[in-house]
Amino acid sequence: MTLNPIAHEVRASYAFVERNFNLIKRYRWWEAVWIMYGIANALAVTYIGAGMGALTGQVLDTSFLVLYLLIGTVVWRYLSIMFDSIGEMIMWERWEGTIEYTMMAPVHRLTHLVGQTLFSILYGLFHAALILLAVAFFFHIDLSQANFGAALVVLMAGSISFIGVGIIAAVLPMLYPERGAQMINFAQALFLLASGIYYPVSVLPAWLQPISALSPATYALEGIRAALLQGASLASLLPTVGVLTLTGLITIPLGVVVFNWGERYAKRTGKLKRNG
Amino acid sequence: MLTTIEAMPRLRTAPALYDETRIALDVRDVVKAFDGQGAGTWWQRVSGKAPVAATQVRAVDHVSFSVRRREIFGILGPNGSGKSTLIRLLSTLLIPDSGRITVFGLDVERDERQVKRMINRVSVDAAFFKKLSPMENLLYAGRLYGLDGRAIREQSLEILGRLGLERKAIFEPMEDMSRGMQQKVAIARAFLTAPILMLLDEPTTGLDPRSKREVQAVVQDLRAVHDATVVLTTHDMDEAEALCDRIAIIESGKIVALDTPDGLKSRVARNGHEPTLEDVFMALTGKRLVTEEQAA
Ligand SMILES: Nc1ncnc2c1ncn2[C@@H]1O[C@H](COP(=O)(O)OP(=O)(O)OP(=O)(O)O)[C@@H](O)[C@H]1O
Ligand SMILES: [Mg+2]
Repeated sequence: MTLNPIAHEVRASYAFVERNFNLIKRYRWWEAVWIMYGIANALAVTYIGAGMGALTGQVLDTSFLVLYLLIGTVVWRYLSIMFDSIGEMIMWERWEGTIEYTMMAPVHRLTHLVGQTLFSILYGLFHAALILLAVAFFFHIDLSQANFGAALVVLMAGSISFIGVGIIAAVLPMLYPERGAQMINFAQALFLLASGIYYPVSVLPAWLQPISALSPATYALEGIRAALLQGASLASLLPTVGVLTLTGLITIPLGVVVFNWGERYAKRTGKLKRNG
Repeated sequence: MLTTIEAMPRLRTAPALYDETRIALDVRDVVKAFDGQGAGTWWQRVSGKAPVAATQVRAVDHVSFSVRRREIFGILGPNGSGKSTLIRLLSTLLIPDSGRITVFGLDVERDERQVKRMINRVSVDAAFFKKLSPMENLLYAGRLYGLDGRAIREQSLEILGRLGLERKAIFEPMEDMSRGMQQKVAIARAFLTAPILMLLDEPTTGLDPRSKREVQAVVQDLRAVHDATVVLTTHDMDEAEALCDRIAIIESGKIVALDTPDGLKSRVARNGHEPTLEDVFMALTGKRLVTEEQAA
Protein backbone atom coordinates (compact mmCIF):
# COMPACT_ATOMS: atom_id res chain seq x y z
CA MET A 1 0.00 0.00 0.00
CA THR A 2 1.66 3.19 -1.13
CA LEU A 3 0.20 6.50 -0.25
CA ASN A 4 1.41 9.78 -1.56
CA PRO A 5 3.17 11.76 1.14
CA ILE A 6 0.67 14.64 1.17
CA ALA A 7 -2.30 12.28 1.64
CA HIS A 8 -0.37 10.60 4.40
CA GLU A 9 0.19 13.86 6.25
CA VAL A 10 -3.42 14.99 5.78
CA ARG A 11 -4.64 11.71 7.24
CA ALA A 12 -2.20 11.95 10.08
CA SER A 13 -3.26 15.49 10.82
CA TYR A 14 -6.90 14.40 10.84
CA ALA A 15 -5.93 11.79 13.45
CA PHE A 16 -5.49 14.58 16.00
CA VAL A 17 -8.77 16.30 15.12
CA GLU A 18 -10.74 13.06 15.32
CA ARG A 19 -9.05 11.94 18.52
CA ASN A 20 -9.79 15.23 20.24
CA PHE A 21 -13.44 15.21 19.23
CA ASN A 22 -13.71 11.63 20.46
CA LEU A 23 -12.22 12.75 23.75
CA ILE A 24 -14.77 15.55 24.02
CA LYS A 25 -17.53 13.04 23.43
CA ARG A 26 -16.21 10.83 26.20
CA TYR A 27 -15.71 13.72 28.58
CA ARG A 28 -19.04 15.26 27.62
CA TRP A 29 -20.17 16.12 31.16
CA TRP A 30 -16.96 17.97 31.75
CA GLU A 31 -17.57 19.72 28.47
CA ALA A 32 -21.04 20.73 29.61
CA VAL A 33 -19.57 22.06 32.84
CA TRP A 34 -16.93 24.10 30.97
CA ILE A 35 -19.59 25.61 28.76
CA MET A 36 -21.82 26.49 31.71
CA TYR A 37 -18.83 27.97 33.46
CA GLY A 38 -17.92 29.99 30.38
CA ILE A 39 -21.45 31.33 30.09
CA ALA A 40 -21.69 32.20 33.79
CA ASN A 41 -18.33 33.90 33.66
CA ALA A 42 -19.26 35.93 30.58
CA LEU A 43 -22.54 36.98 32.18
CA ALA A 44 -20.86 37.94 35.43
CA VAL A 45 -18.40 40.16 33.60
CA THR A 46 -21.04 41.67 31.37
CA TYR A 47 -23.27 42.50 34.34
CA ILE A 48 -20.49 44.66 35.72
CA GLY A 49 -21.15 46.91 32.75
CA ALA A 50 -24.89 46.81 33.27
CA GLY A 51 -24.49 47.64 36.95
CA MET A 52 -22.13 50.57 36.44
CA GLY A 53 -24.94 53.13 36.47
CA ALA A 54 -26.35 51.83 39.74
CA LEU A 55 -22.86 51.60 41.24
CA THR A 56 -21.78 55.15 40.50
CA GLY A 57 -25.17 56.85 40.67
CA GLN A 58 -24.45 58.51 37.35
CA VAL A 59 -26.26 58.32 34.06
CA LEU A 60 -24.03 56.15 31.92
CA ASP A 61 -24.31 54.58 28.49
CA THR A 62 -24.30 51.09 29.96
CA SER A 63 -25.15 49.45 26.64
CA PHE A 64 -21.71 50.54 25.40
CA LEU A 65 -20.07 49.13 28.55
CA VAL A 66 -21.99 45.87 28.22
CA LEU A 67 -20.86 45.45 24.65
CA TYR A 68 -17.29 46.45 25.48
CA LEU A 69 -17.04 43.83 28.21
CA LEU A 70 -18.90 41.19 26.24
CA ILE A 71 -16.47 41.48 23.35
CA GLY A 72 -13.59 41.22 25.81
CA THR A 73 -14.90 38.15 27.54
CA VAL A 74 -15.87 36.25 24.39
CA VAL A 75 -12.66 37.00 22.51
CA TRP A 76 -10.59 36.11 25.57
CA ARG A 77 -12.51 32.88 25.95
CA TYR A 78 -11.75 32.00 22.37
CA LEU A 79 -8.07 32.89 22.56
CA SER A 80 -7.50 31.22 25.90
CA ILE A 81 -9.22 28.00 24.84
CA MET A 82 -7.05 27.93 21.75
CA PHE A 83 -3.93 28.70 23.73
CA ASP A 84 -4.77 26.01 26.30
CA SER A 85 -5.59 23.37 23.80
CA ILE A 86 -2.37 23.91 21.85
CA GLY A 87 -0.21 24.64 24.87
CA GLU A 88 -1.37 21.65 26.86
CA MET A 89 -1.20 19.03 24.12
CA ILE A 90 2.05 17.57 25.39
CA MET A 91 1.00 17.81 29.02
CA TRP A 92 -2.24 16.05 28.29
CA GLU A 93 -0.55 13.19 26.47
CA ARG A 94 2.04 12.85 29.16
CA TRP A 95 -0.75 12.59 31.69
CA GLU A 96 -2.58 9.97 29.63
CA GLY A 97 0.71 8.19 29.02
CA THR A 98 0.39 8.19 25.23
CA ILE A 99 3.15 10.69 24.54
CA GLU A 100 5.74 8.10 23.52
CA TYR A 101 3.39 6.51 21.02
CA THR A 102 2.53 9.82 19.44
CA MET A 103 6.18 10.84 19.24
CA MET A 104 7.16 7.46 17.80
CA ALA A 105 4.71 7.69 14.89
CA PRO A 106 6.11 8.59 11.46
CA VAL A 107 4.48 12.00 11.38
CA HIS A 108 6.06 15.38 10.71
CA ARG A 109 5.88 17.51 13.81
CA LEU A 110 4.33 20.22 11.65
CA THR A 111 1.48 17.85 10.75
CA HIS A 112 0.98 17.11 14.41
CA LEU A 113 0.84 20.81 15.22
CA VAL A 114 -1.44 21.62 12.28
CA GLY A 115 -3.88 18.92 13.38
CA GLN A 116 -3.96 20.11 16.96
CA THR A 117 -4.29 23.74 15.88
CA LEU A 118 -7.14 23.00 13.51
CA PHE A 119 -9.00 21.31 16.30
CA SER A 120 -8.23 24.14 18.71
CA ILE A 121 -9.67 26.77 16.38
CA LEU A 122 -12.87 24.80 15.79
CA TYR A 123 -13.22 24.06 19.47
CA GLY A 124 -12.57 27.65 20.52
CA LEU A 125 -15.05 29.01 17.97
CA PHE A 126 -17.68 26.56 19.16
CA HIS A 127 -17.31 27.64 22.77
CA ALA A 128 -17.23 31.34 21.91
CA ALA A 129 -20.33 31.06 19.72
CA LEU A 130 -22.28 29.25 22.46
CA ILE A 131 -21.34 31.89 25.00
CA LEU A 132 -22.30 34.70 22.64
CA LEU A 133 -25.68 33.08 21.98
CA ALA A 134 -26.39 32.57 25.65
CA VAL A 135 -25.45 36.12 26.65
CA ALA A 136 -27.60 37.51 23.85
CA PHE A 137 -30.60 36.12 25.76
CA PHE A 138 -29.85 38.27 28.78
CA PHE A 139 -29.05 41.61 27.19
CA HIS A 140 -30.41 43.74 24.47
CA ILE A 141 -27.38 44.00 22.26
CA ASP A 142 -27.34 46.62 19.57
CA LEU A 143 -24.87 45.73 16.87
CA SER A 144 -26.48 47.68 14.04
CA GLN A 145 -23.24 49.65 13.61
CA ALA A 146 -20.96 46.64 13.67
CA ASN A 147 -18.76 45.56 10.82
CA PHE A 148 -18.81 41.79 11.38
CA GLY A 149 -16.71 40.94 8.37
CA ALA A 150 -13.84 43.12 9.55
CA ALA A 151 -14.14 41.73 13.10
CA LEU A 152 -13.91 38.19 11.80
CA VAL A 153 -10.83 38.98 9.73
CA VAL A 154 -9.13 40.48 12.79
CA LEU A 155 -10.12 37.47 14.88
CA MET A 156 -8.60 35.07 12.37
CA ALA A 157 -5.42 37.12 12.14
CA GLY A 158 -5.36 37.10 15.94
CA SER A 159 -5.70 33.31 15.91
CA ILE A 160 -2.71 33.00 13.63
CA SER A 161 -0.61 35.08 15.98
CA PHE A 162 -1.75 33.08 18.99
CA ILE A 163 -1.00 29.70 17.39
CA GLY A 164 2.73 30.38 17.42
CA VAL A 165 2.60 31.51 21.03
CA GLY A 166 0.68 28.36 21.92
CA ILE A 167 3.22 26.13 20.18
CA ILE A 168 6.07 27.75 22.06
CA ALA A 169 4.14 27.23 25.31
CA ALA A 170 3.59 23.56 24.41
CA VAL A 171 7.32 22.99 24.59
CA LEU A 172 7.49 23.92 28.27
CA PRO A 173 5.96 20.71 29.66
CA MET A 174 8.43 18.77 27.52
CA LEU A 175 11.39 20.55 29.13
CA TYR A 176 9.92 20.71 32.62
CA PRO A 177 7.63 17.75 33.21
CA GLU A 178 6.25 19.25 36.40
CA ARG A 179 6.65 22.99 36.23
CA GLY A 180 5.68 23.31 32.56
CA ALA A 181 1.96 23.45 33.28
CA GLN A 182 2.46 26.10 35.92
CA MET A 183 4.42 28.20 33.46
CA ILE A 184 1.66 27.94 30.87
CA ASN A 185 -0.92 29.13 33.36
CA PHE A 186 1.33 31.95 34.45
CA ALA A 187 1.81 33.11 30.87
CA GLN A 188 -1.92 33.01 30.38
CA ALA A 189 -2.52 35.13 33.47
CA LEU A 190 -0.04 37.66 32.16
CA PHE A 191 -1.87 37.86 28.83
CA LEU A 192 -5.15 38.32 30.66
CA LEU A 193 -3.76 41.17 32.72
CA ALA A 194 -1.80 42.98 30.06
CA SER A 195 -3.87 42.64 26.90
CA GLY A 196 -6.72 45.00 27.74
CA ILE A 197 -9.40 42.36 27.81
CA TYR A 198 -11.73 44.34 30.08
CA TYR A 199 -10.17 47.84 30.03
CA PRO A 200 -8.03 49.99 27.78
CA VAL A 201 -4.37 49.16 28.28
CA SER A 202 -3.66 52.86 28.83
CA VAL A 203 -4.85 52.50 32.43
CA LEU A 204 -2.12 49.99 33.22
CA PRO A 205 1.05 51.06 35.06
CA ALA A 206 3.95 52.01 32.82
CA TRP A 207 5.97 48.88 33.58
CA LEU A 208 3.16 46.67 32.26
CA GLN A 209 2.74 48.65 29.06
CA PRO A 210 5.61 46.92 27.21
CA ILE A 211 3.96 43.57 27.86
CA SER A 212 0.72 44.94 26.46
CA ALA A 213 2.57 46.10 23.39
CA LEU A 214 4.04 42.62 22.92
CA SER A 215 0.82 40.68 23.43
CA PRO A 216 -0.96 39.89 20.17
CA ALA A 217 -4.23 39.79 22.12
CA THR A 218 -3.96 43.55 22.68
CA TYR A 219 -4.10 44.23 18.94
CA ALA A 220 -6.74 41.61 18.30
CA LEU A 221 -9.06 43.14 20.89
CA GLU A 222 -8.48 46.70 19.76
CA GLY A 223 -9.25 45.73 16.19
CA ILE A 224 -12.33 43.68 17.00
CA ARG A 225 -13.70 46.42 19.25
CA ALA A 226 -13.14 49.04 16.59
CA ALA A 227 -15.02 46.88 14.08
CA LEU A 228 -17.92 45.95 16.34
CA LEU A 229 -18.35 49.15 18.38
CA GLN A 230 -17.44 51.81 15.85
CA GLY A 231 -18.05 49.94 12.64
CA ALA A 232 -14.47 50.50 11.51
CA SER A 233 -13.82 49.49 7.93
CA LEU A 234 -11.54 46.64 7.01
CA ALA A 235 -9.27 49.10 5.22
CA SER A 236 -8.73 51.07 8.42
CA LEU A 237 -7.97 47.85 10.28
CA LEU A 238 -5.45 46.56 7.79
CA PRO A 239 -2.48 47.71 9.89
CA THR A 240 -3.79 45.68 12.84
CA VAL A 241 -4.42 42.66 10.63
CA GLY A 242 -0.93 43.12 9.24
CA VAL A 243 0.71 43.22 12.66
CA LEU A 244 -1.16 40.11 13.80
CA THR A 245 -0.41 38.15 10.66
CA LEU A 246 3.22 39.16 10.77
CA THR A 247 3.42 38.07 14.42
CA GLY A 248 2.04 34.69 13.34
CA LEU A 249 4.48 34.47 10.45
CA ILE A 250 7.29 34.92 12.93
CA THR A 251 6.00 32.96 15.91
CA ILE A 252 4.68 29.89 14.08
CA PRO A 253 7.98 28.94 12.38
CA LEU A 254 9.78 29.93 15.56
CA GLY A 255 7.38 27.71 17.52
CA VAL A 256 8.05 24.76 15.23
CA VAL A 257 11.81 25.24 15.53
CA VAL A 258 11.61 25.56 19.31
CA PHE A 259 9.34 22.53 19.45
CA ASN A 260 11.75 20.38 17.45
CA TRP A 261 14.60 21.53 19.62
CA GLY A 262 12.58 20.76 22.77
CA GLU A 263 11.76 17.31 21.44
CA ARG A 264 15.42 16.57 20.82
CA TYR A 265 16.30 17.85 24.26
CA ALA A 266 13.67 15.59 25.82
CA LYS A 267 14.96 12.61 23.87
CA ARG A 268 18.52 13.31 24.90
CA THR A 269 17.78 13.69 28.58
CA GLY A 270 15.01 11.13 28.96
CA LYS A 271 12.35 13.71 29.79
CA LEU A 272 9.78 12.48 27.30
CA LYS A 273 8.42 10.06 29.76
CA ARG A 274 9.84 7.61 32.12
CA ASN A 275 8.52 4.51 33.69
CA GLY A 276 8.82 0.78 32.94
CA MET B 1 -7.87 -19.39 16.73
CA LEU B 2 -4.80 -19.23 14.54
CA THR B 3 -6.71 -19.50 11.28
CA THR B 4 -7.33 -15.87 10.44
CA ILE B 5 -3.67 -14.97 10.10
CA GLU B 6 -4.13 -14.28 6.42
CA ALA B 7 -6.42 -11.43 7.28
CA MET B 8 -3.70 -9.62 9.15
CA PRO B 9 -2.32 -6.48 7.59
CA ARG B 10 0.10 -7.11 4.75
CA LEU B 11 3.59 -5.93 5.14
CA ARG B 12 4.74 -2.95 3.21
CA THR B 13 8.25 -4.20 2.66
CA ALA B 14 10.52 -3.89 -0.28
CA PRO B 15 11.55 -7.21 -1.91
CA ALA B 16 15.15 -6.57 -0.96
CA LEU B 17 14.17 -7.01 2.67
CA TYR B 18 13.24 -10.64 2.11
CA ASP B 19 16.74 -11.79 2.58
CA GLU B 20 17.36 -13.97 5.63
CA THR B 21 20.97 -13.03 5.87
CA ARG B 22 20.24 -9.34 6.07
CA ILE B 23 20.90 -7.52 9.27
CA ALA B 24 17.63 -6.08 10.54
CA LEU B 25 19.05 -4.23 13.48
CA ASP B 26 22.57 -3.22 14.22
CA VAL B 27 23.62 -1.66 17.52
CA ARG B 28 27.22 -0.42 17.70
CA ASP B 29 28.84 0.70 20.92
CA VAL B 30 25.78 2.53 22.18
CA VAL B 31 25.93 4.53 25.41
CA LYS B 32 23.07 6.24 27.19
CA ALA B 33 23.46 7.94 30.56
CA PHE B 34 20.94 9.91 32.58
CA ASP B 35 21.75 12.78 34.87
CA GLY B 36 20.57 12.75 38.42
CA GLN B 37 18.23 15.52 39.51
CA GLY B 38 19.51 19.07 39.21
CA ALA B 39 22.99 18.51 37.78
CA GLY B 40 24.39 21.83 36.62
CA THR B 41 22.60 25.14 36.27
CA TRP B 42 19.47 25.64 34.23
CA TRP B 43 21.41 27.01 31.29
CA GLN B 44 24.10 24.30 31.42
CA ARG B 45 21.44 21.63 31.34
CA VAL B 46 19.50 23.19 28.47
CA SER B 47 22.62 23.78 26.40
CA GLY B 48 23.92 20.29 27.12
CA LYS B 49 27.02 21.57 28.93
CA ALA B 50 26.17 20.33 32.39
CA PRO B 51 29.05 18.81 34.35
CA VAL B 52 28.94 15.07 34.73
CA ALA B 53 27.08 14.62 37.96
CA ALA B 54 28.12 12.12 40.56
CA THR B 55 24.58 10.83 40.45
CA GLN B 56 24.72 10.02 36.75
CA VAL B 57 23.41 6.60 35.77
CA ARG B 58 24.82 4.79 32.77
CA ALA B 59 21.71 2.92 31.76
CA VAL B 60 23.24 1.51 28.57
CA ASP B 61 26.99 1.09 28.58
CA HIS B 62 28.82 0.38 25.32
CA VAL B 63 26.31 -2.13 23.98
CA SER B 64 26.82 -3.77 20.60
CA PHE B 65 24.88 -6.54 18.91
CA SER B 66 23.07 -7.21 15.69
CA VAL B 67 19.87 -9.02 14.91
CA ARG B 68 19.22 -10.82 11.65
CA ARG B 69 16.01 -10.51 9.73
CA ARG B 70 13.28 -12.86 11.04
CA GLU B 71 15.13 -13.42 14.26
CA ILE B 72 13.45 -13.26 17.65
CA PHE B 73 16.02 -11.69 19.89
CA GLY B 74 15.59 -11.72 23.66
CA ILE B 75 16.98 -9.33 26.24
CA LEU B 76 17.08 -10.53 29.82
CA GLY B 77 18.37 -8.68 32.83
CA PRO B 78 17.56 -7.63 36.37
CA ASN B 79 15.36 -4.66 37.18
CA GLY B 80 17.07 -1.44 36.26
CA SER B 81 19.66 -3.13 34.05
CA GLY B 82 18.79 -0.94 31.06
CA LYS B 83 16.43 -3.09 28.99
CA SER B 84 13.71 -0.50 28.57
CA THR B 85 16.27 2.20 27.91
CA LEU B 86 17.73 0.08 25.15
CA ILE B 87 14.27 -0.48 23.63
CA ARG B 88 13.59 3.27 23.78
CA LEU B 89 16.87 3.95 21.99
CA LEU B 90 15.83 1.52 19.26
CA SER B 91 12.44 3.15 18.93
CA THR B 92 13.75 6.74 18.46
CA LEU B 93 12.38 7.85 21.84
CA LEU B 94 15.86 8.42 23.22
CA ILE B 95 18.92 9.69 21.41
CA PRO B 96 22.14 7.81 22.23
CA ASP B 97 25.02 9.74 23.79
CA SER B 98 27.36 7.88 21.50
CA GLY B 99 27.34 4.88 19.22
CA ARG B 100 25.13 4.08 16.28
CA ILE B 101 21.89 2.21 15.72
CA THR B 102 20.69 1.19 12.27
CA VAL B 103 17.49 -0.53 11.23
CA PHE B 104 17.81 -2.20 7.83
CA GLY B 105 20.77 0.04 7.18
CA LEU B 106 18.94 3.25 8.12
CA ASP B 107 20.24 5.35 10.95
CA VAL B 108 17.67 5.87 13.72
CA GLU B 109 18.76 9.45 14.17
CA ARG B 110 19.44 10.60 10.65
CA ASP B 111 16.68 8.64 8.90
CA GLU B 112 14.30 8.89 11.80
CA ARG B 113 11.09 9.04 9.82
CA GLN B 114 11.82 6.05 7.59
CA VAL B 115 12.85 4.06 10.63
CA LYS B 116 9.67 5.03 12.44
CA ARG B 117 7.61 3.57 9.62
CA MET B 118 9.32 0.20 9.99
CA ILE B 119 9.05 -0.20 13.72
CA ASN B 120 6.52 -0.31 16.49
CA ARG B 121 6.76 -0.93 20.18
CA VAL B 122 4.72 -2.46 22.95
CA SER B 123 5.68 -1.33 26.43
CA VAL B 124 4.93 -2.78 29.85
CA ASP B 125 2.44 -0.08 30.65
CA ALA B 126 -0.51 -0.11 28.28
CA ALA B 127 -0.48 3.59 27.38
CA PHE B 128 -3.84 4.71 26.03
CA PHE B 129 -6.39 7.47 26.17
CA LYS B 130 -8.24 5.75 28.95
CA LYS B 131 -11.63 7.34 28.30
CA LEU B 132 -11.52 6.30 24.67
CA SER B 133 -12.49 2.83 23.51
CA PRO B 134 -9.95 0.42 22.03
CA MET B 135 -11.37 1.19 18.59
CA GLU B 136 -11.00 4.94 19.05
CA ASN B 137 -7.45 4.48 20.28
CA LEU B 138 -6.58 2.26 17.34
CA LEU B 139 -8.16 4.71 14.88
CA TYR B 140 -5.89 7.40 16.23
CA ALA B 141 -2.81 5.19 16.12
CA GLY B 142 -3.57 3.81 12.66
CA ARG B 143 -4.17 7.21 11.09
CA LEU B 144 -0.80 8.39 12.35
CA TYR B 145 0.69 5.65 10.20
CA GLY B 146 -1.33 6.73 7.17
CA LEU B 147 -3.97 3.99 7.27
CA ASP B 148 -7.52 4.89 6.33
CA GLY B 149 -10.47 4.60 8.70
CA ARG B 150 -12.15 1.64 7.09
CA ALA B 151 -9.00 -0.46 6.90
CA ILE B 152 -8.24 0.34 10.52
CA ARG B 153 -11.72 -0.71 11.67
CA GLU B 154 -11.63 -3.99 9.76
CA GLN B 155 -8.14 -4.95 10.79
CA SER B 156 -8.65 -3.94 14.41
CA LEU B 157 -11.69 -6.20 14.71
CA GLU B 158 -9.70 -9.08 13.23
CA ILE B 159 -6.68 -8.67 15.41
CA LEU B 160 -8.56 -8.00 18.63
CA GLY B 161 -10.86 -10.94 17.95
CA ARG B 162 -7.89 -13.14 17.43
CA LEU B 163 -6.35 -11.99 20.68
CA GLY B 164 -9.55 -13.05 22.38
CA LEU B 165 -10.92 -9.63 23.25
CA GLU B 166 -14.71 -9.60 23.58
CA ARG B 167 -16.36 -7.63 20.83
CA LYS B 168 -18.37 -5.58 23.29
CA ALA B 169 -15.22 -4.36 25.02
CA ILE B 170 -13.88 -2.96 21.77
CA PHE B 171 -16.29 -0.05 21.91
CA GLU B 172 -16.24 0.70 25.63
CA PRO B 173 -13.80 3.06 27.40
CA MET B 174 -10.50 1.38 28.17
CA GLU B 175 -10.44 2.54 31.79
CA ASP B 176 -12.82 -0.27 32.72
CA MET B 177 -10.67 -2.99 31.19
CA SER B 178 -8.33 -5.30 33.07
CA ARG B 179 -4.59 -4.90 32.61
CA GLY B 180 -4.35 -8.03 30.53
CA MET B 181 -7.06 -6.85 28.19
CA GLN B 182 -5.38 -3.47 27.83
CA GLN B 183 -2.13 -5.20 27.02
CA LYS B 184 -3.84 -7.07 24.21
CA VAL B 185 -5.07 -3.81 22.77
CA ALA B 186 -1.51 -2.50 23.00
CA ILE B 187 -0.32 -5.48 21.01
CA ALA B 188 -3.08 -4.97 18.46
CA ARG B 189 -2.05 -1.33 18.10
CA ALA B 190 1.49 -2.35 17.22
CA PHE B 191 0.29 -5.07 14.85
CA LEU B 192 -2.00 -2.73 13.01
CA THR B 193 0.89 -0.83 11.50
CA ALA B 194 2.58 -4.05 10.28
CA PRO B 195 6.06 -3.26 11.59
CA ILE B 196 8.98 -5.18 10.18
CA LEU B 197 10.87 -4.66 13.39
CA MET B 198 8.74 -5.19 16.47
CA LEU B 199 10.05 -4.04 19.83
CA LEU B 200 8.37 -5.75 22.74
CA ASP B 201 9.18 -4.53 26.24
CA GLU B 202 7.79 -7.11 28.66
CA PRO B 203 4.70 -7.71 26.54
CA THR B 204 3.34 -10.49 28.74
CA THR B 205 4.04 -9.11 32.21
CA GLY B 206 0.81 -9.20 34.16
CA LEU B 207 -1.01 -11.55 31.82
CA ASP B 208 -2.65 -14.79 32.90
CA PRO B 209 -1.16 -18.03 31.54
CA ARG B 210 -3.67 -18.34 28.71
CA SER B 211 -3.27 -14.74 27.62
CA LYS B 212 0.48 -15.18 27.77
CA ARG B 213 0.27 -18.08 25.37
CA GLU B 214 -2.00 -16.16 23.04
CA VAL B 215 0.45 -13.31 22.92
CA GLN B 216 3.38 -15.66 22.43
CA ALA B 217 1.56 -17.33 19.54
CA VAL B 218 0.99 -13.93 18.00
CA VAL B 219 4.67 -13.10 18.32
CA GLN B 220 5.58 -16.32 16.56
CA ASP B 221 3.14 -15.58 13.75
CA LEU B 222 4.55 -12.17 13.40
CA ARG B 223 7.70 -13.82 12.24
CA ALA B 224 6.19 -16.80 10.45
CA VAL B 225 3.58 -14.91 8.48
CA HIS B 226 4.90 -11.39 8.30
CA ASP B 227 8.61 -12.03 8.22
CA ALA B 228 9.03 -9.56 11.03
CA THR B 229 12.05 -9.31 13.26
CA VAL B 230 11.34 -9.17 16.98
CA VAL B 231 13.30 -7.79 19.90
CA LEU B 232 11.78 -8.83 23.18
CA THR B 233 12.50 -8.19 26.83
CA THR B 234 11.00 -10.37 29.52
CA HIS B 235 11.39 -11.55 33.08
CA ASP B 236 9.80 -14.86 32.17
CA MET B 237 12.58 -17.39 31.53
CA ASP B 238 10.25 -19.97 29.97
CA GLU B 239 8.97 -17.38 27.59
CA ALA B 240 12.48 -16.38 26.60
CA GLU B 241 13.42 -19.98 26.04
CA ALA B 242 10.28 -20.76 24.04
CA LEU B 243 10.43 -17.73 21.78
CA CYS B 244 13.96 -16.51 21.36
CA ASP B 245 16.54 -17.63 18.84
CA ARG B 246 19.24 -15.78 20.71
CA ILE B 247 19.32 -14.06 24.07
CA ALA B 248 21.44 -11.24 25.42
CA ILE B 249 21.77 -10.97 29.16
CA ILE B 250 22.49 -7.49 30.35
CA GLU B 251 23.50 -6.17 33.68
CA SER B 252 24.18 -2.57 34.69
CA GLY B 253 23.83 -1.58 31.06
CA LYS B 254 26.41 -4.06 29.76
CA ILE B 255 25.88 -7.24 27.82
CA VAL B 256 27.36 -10.02 29.93
CA ALA B 257 26.42 -12.88 27.63
CA LEU B 258 24.89 -13.35 24.20
CA ASP B 259 24.07 -16.74 22.78
CA THR B 260 21.34 -19.18 21.84
CA PRO B 261 19.36 -20.51 24.83
CA ASP B 262 21.25 -23.80 24.60
CA GLY B 263 24.57 -22.03 24.24
CA LEU B 264 23.87 -20.02 27.36
CA LYS B 265 22.90 -23.09 29.33
CA SER B 266 26.06 -24.90 28.37
CA ARG B 267 28.02 -22.13 30.07
CA VAL B 268 26.90 -22.91 33.59
CA ALA B 269 27.89 -25.88 35.63
CA ARG B 270 25.30 -28.59 36.08
CA ASN B 271 24.45 -28.86 39.76
CA GLY B 272 23.00 -32.31 39.61
CA HIS B 273 20.38 -31.26 37.04
CA GLU B 274 20.18 -29.88 33.52
CA PRO B 275 20.91 -26.18 33.85
CA THR B 276 17.91 -23.96 33.14
CA LEU B 277 17.84 -20.46 31.77
CA GLU B 278 17.08 -19.32 35.29
CA ASP B 279 20.36 -20.86 36.46
CA VAL B 280 22.12 -18.92 33.73
CA PHE B 281 20.39 -15.72 34.76
CA MET B 282 21.33 -16.25 38.40
CA ALA B 283 24.91 -17.14 37.59
CA LEU B 284 25.50 -14.22 35.25
CA THR B 285 23.66 -11.39 36.93
CA GLY B 286 24.33 -12.06 40.60
CA LYS B 287 27.79 -10.49 40.79
CA ARG B 288 26.79 -7.19 42.25
CA LEU B 289 24.67 -8.84 44.89
CA VAL B 290 27.52 -11.07 45.99
CA THR B 291 30.06 -8.28 46.25
CA GLU B 292 27.62 -6.17 48.25
CA GLU B 293 27.11 -9.03 50.64
CA GLN B 294 30.82 -9.62 50.91
CA ALA B 295 31.40 -5.96 51.61
CA ALA B 296 28.88 -6.05 54.44
N1 LIG C 1 14.22 8.75 31.59
C1 LIG C 1 15.09 8.45 32.56
N2 LIG C 1 15.65 9.41 33.33
C2 LIG C 1 16.53 9.10 34.29
N3 LIG C 1 16.93 7.84 34.59
C3 LIG C 1 16.41 6.83 33.86
C4 LIG C 1 15.47 7.07 32.83
N4 LIG C 1 15.12 5.88 32.27
C5 LIG C 1 15.81 4.94 32.94
N5 LIG C 1 16.59 5.50 33.90
C6 LIG C 1 17.52 4.76 34.80
O1 LIG C 1 18.29 3.91 33.98
C7 LIG C 1 18.45 2.62 34.59
C8 LIG C 1 17.90 1.54 33.68
O2 LIG C 1 16.49 1.64 33.63
P1 LIG C 1 15.59 0.75 32.67
O3 LIG C 1 14.20 1.23 32.82
O4 LIG C 1 16.17 0.75 31.32
O5 LIG C 1 15.73 -0.70 33.32
P2 LIG C 1 15.00 -2.07 32.95
O6 LIG C 1 16.06 -3.06 32.68
O7 LIG C 1 13.97 -1.85 31.92
O8 LIG C 1 14.31 -2.44 34.34
P3 LIG C 1 12.92 -3.24 34.62
O9 LIG C 1 13.25 -4.68 34.54
O10 LIG C 1 12.59 -2.84 36.02
O11 LIG C 1 11.93 -2.80 33.64
C9 LIG C 1 17.75 2.72 35.92
O12 LIG C 1 18.73 3.05 36.88
C10 LIG C 1 16.79 3.86 35.76
O13 LIG C 1 16.55 4.52 36.97
MG1 LIG D 1 11.90 -2.07 31.82
